[in-house]
Amino acid sequence: MTDHRAVNLLRSMKRIRLVEETIAERYAEWKMRCPTHLCTGQETVGAAVGQVLRPDDFALSTHRSHGHYLGKGGDLKRMLAEIYLKGTGCSGGKGGSMHLIDREAGFKGSTAIVGGTIPLAVGLGLSIALKGSDQISCVFFGDGAVEEGVFYESVSFAALKQLPVLFVCENNFYSVYTPVAKRQPAGRAIHALAAAMGVNARHGDGNDPLAVLDQVEAAVAEIRSGGGPRFLEFETYRWREHCGPNYDNHIGYRTEAEFLAWKERDPVLRLEAELLARGAVTGEQVAAMTDTINEEIAAAFLFAEQSPFPAPEELHAQVFKQ
Amino acid sequence: MSRIITYAKAINEAYFQAMEQDPAVICFGLGIDDPKGVFGTTLGLQDRFGSARVFDMPTAENGMTGVAIGASLNGIRPVMCHQRLDFFLLALDQLVNNAAKWHYMFGGQDSVPITIRLIIGRGWGQGPTHSQNLQALFAHIPGLKVVMPTTAEDAKGLLLASIFDDNPVVFIEHRWLHNLEGHVPEEACRTPLGKAATVREGRDLTMVSFSYMTIEALHALDVLEKQGISCELIDLRSIKPLDWPTVFASVRKTGRLLALDTGPEFCSVAAEVVARVGMECFDALRQAPQRLALPDVPTPSSPSLKKVFYQRSEDIVQAVGGMLGRELSVAELEQQRTWPLDVPGEWFRGPF
Ligand SMILES: Cc1ncc(C[n+]2csc(CCOP(=O)(O)OP(=O)(O)O)c2C)c(N)n1
Ligand SMILES: [Mg+2]
Repeated sequence: MTDHRAVNLLRSMKRIRLVEETIAERYAEWKMRCPTHLCTGQETVGAAVGQVLRPDDFALSTHRSHGHYLGKGGDLKRMLAEIYLKGTGCSGGKGGSMHLIDREAGFKGSTAIVGGTIPLAVGLGLSIALKGSDQISCVFFGDGAVEEGVFYESVSFAALKQLPVLFVCENNFYSVYTPVAKRQPAGRAIHALAAAMGVNARHGDGNDPLAVLDQVEAAVAEIRSGGGPRFLEFETYRWREHCGPNYDNHIGYRTEAEFLAWKERDPVLRLEAELLARGAVTGEQVAAMTDTINEEIAAAFLFAEQSPFPAPEELHAQVFKQ
Repeated sequence: MSRIITYAKAINEAYFQAMEQDPAVICFGLGIDDPKGVFGTTLGLQDRFGSARVFDMPTAENGMTGVAIGASLNGIRPVMCHQRLDFFLLALDQLVNNAAKWHYMFGGQDSVPITIRLIIGRGWGQGPTHSQNLQALFAHIPGLKVVMPTTAEDAKGLLLASIFDDNPVVFIEHRWLHNLEGHVPEEACRTPLGKAATVREGRDLTMVSFSYMTIEALHALDVLEKQGISCELIDLRSIKPLDWPTVFASVRKTGRLLALDTGPEFCSVAAEVVARVGMECFDALRQAPQRLALPDVPTPSSPSLKKVFYQRSEDIVQAVGGMLGRELSVAELEQQRTWPLDVPGEWFRGPF
């Protein structure tokens, strides 16, 4: 792997981390007045997939989509303005944090109903096949989404028609406060489910950034060369509460020890340490990278805060395309 | 004996008493045994009744609704709950194609005694997919009962009645009602389905309302009274069956109808109320009946759009003024609102 790609991955992951942590820090100003699901701790997958995909490839996501959106090249200012529910937001203030879109970046939308975008990714894959282009359609989802019937229906159809779809499951072991053990039978592997439905499926450590990047590159190359759908499952961990800015390890659904063990395996610090160790970056370069990102974030927050709310007449606009 | 408890606590109490009365009652839903206990409504149930009767479930709304229906065909009384009505839309197939018509399409043999608790969100960016008021959708399906309690007492009484009803009941709660307090009897009282409550008696106009809109209406009524207007307020409690005799009798007395609804106006419950009153009480009406419901657009997330989207007590007062041809003051109501419109009160910091 060239250092260039690894450094880009570090930049993207750091950017996602710093955005999420700034949101967490500023949420208590009560100006981001919508349900907000942060991906701190889970930056790797969104950053790696976004980096490998082309801007004209499609991506769809879930309620926890900030990292997927930013990784794919979504506009930061418009994302923050959306979380501030402003008219300049990427969805005009109609959607909020759970409904992001950036068509120029190929980010076709994130929605808040679990499993809801999985079939849409397959449909986009169908459209690609019909049009005969070499694009890829990618969908991000969690370990909870594989419990919905629509997951099986969609993966089966992608397998049947050998559509150019990349299924990316971030298994963070929880659906809200419910651990996977209470929802799925013991001994099950999510990637094995996909394999059983006829889709080439692999899994890996979602907190090992360079390994994730390798796996994504391989899968994308295979899909692009006509190999049909691929399924990737990555194990990772969300640091903060399911929805909102706080830590909630004290309320009883998981332990502080479990959280700390994952925090030890911080993927951003890990990649940074690896790149420093092999001399791909210097400490000064990392510090400069962080400064640049923080400046961009500060400017984007300012943009979001200073933007106007949508005008009242927007309420009735856009129910139908005119 | 009654004492003052919250709406959420009243629901919790109904569960406890139903499960004590009948070992066939079971309950499940996403997060039912988690630390938040579905906004406090299911706290303590698993400790008391065990994980065979009280359990969390996979994120599989349609399948699990079918599981509830199947269990009910063999004498179990499942109570499911969903933290948002919107999530339950995945289960419309099982609800509509199986639960609603099982009794009918097999000539009246087995029935489906399931209760589905659904919670409607509002405010704090609960936008297009977390705040839909779709009671009319359920009420449109023959074979379903639809209940929407407003007070803590009715929440308890109607949940108990729903659980022990032999038919599928969609039990819809509004998130902004959970913290509301009221007198609730300690005993396992059942409030009959299909009976409305006359919350206030009045002479000039009948308001037919339900769920959170009844709270807005109560605020409006105080202000209207001070301006010399006496309204009768009927809280439907059950959307289906709907207590037509109570509605008709009130309209015959006042000669005017304003139907309120928490949902979008087209094909709404309010639309049905206006239609039936127009058909059955035409001779008694002094003017065309009116309704106040949401505009026909999805829920926006931004507070600036929600401000013009939701109908509040001010809008009710103005609608009454419009009907009576009078300029009415809403200054008092506006002054009372010292908190942002996207929360039920200053104290509210979620969960949402
Ligand atoms: C159909 C549906 N059911 C339930 C919910 C409530 N809900 C919101 S996020 C979530 C957790 C889903 O878990 P997972 O897919 O693992 O994603 P994660 O939050 O862990 O990223 C749930 C159950 C929902 N939004 N949609
Ligand atoms: Mg998860």
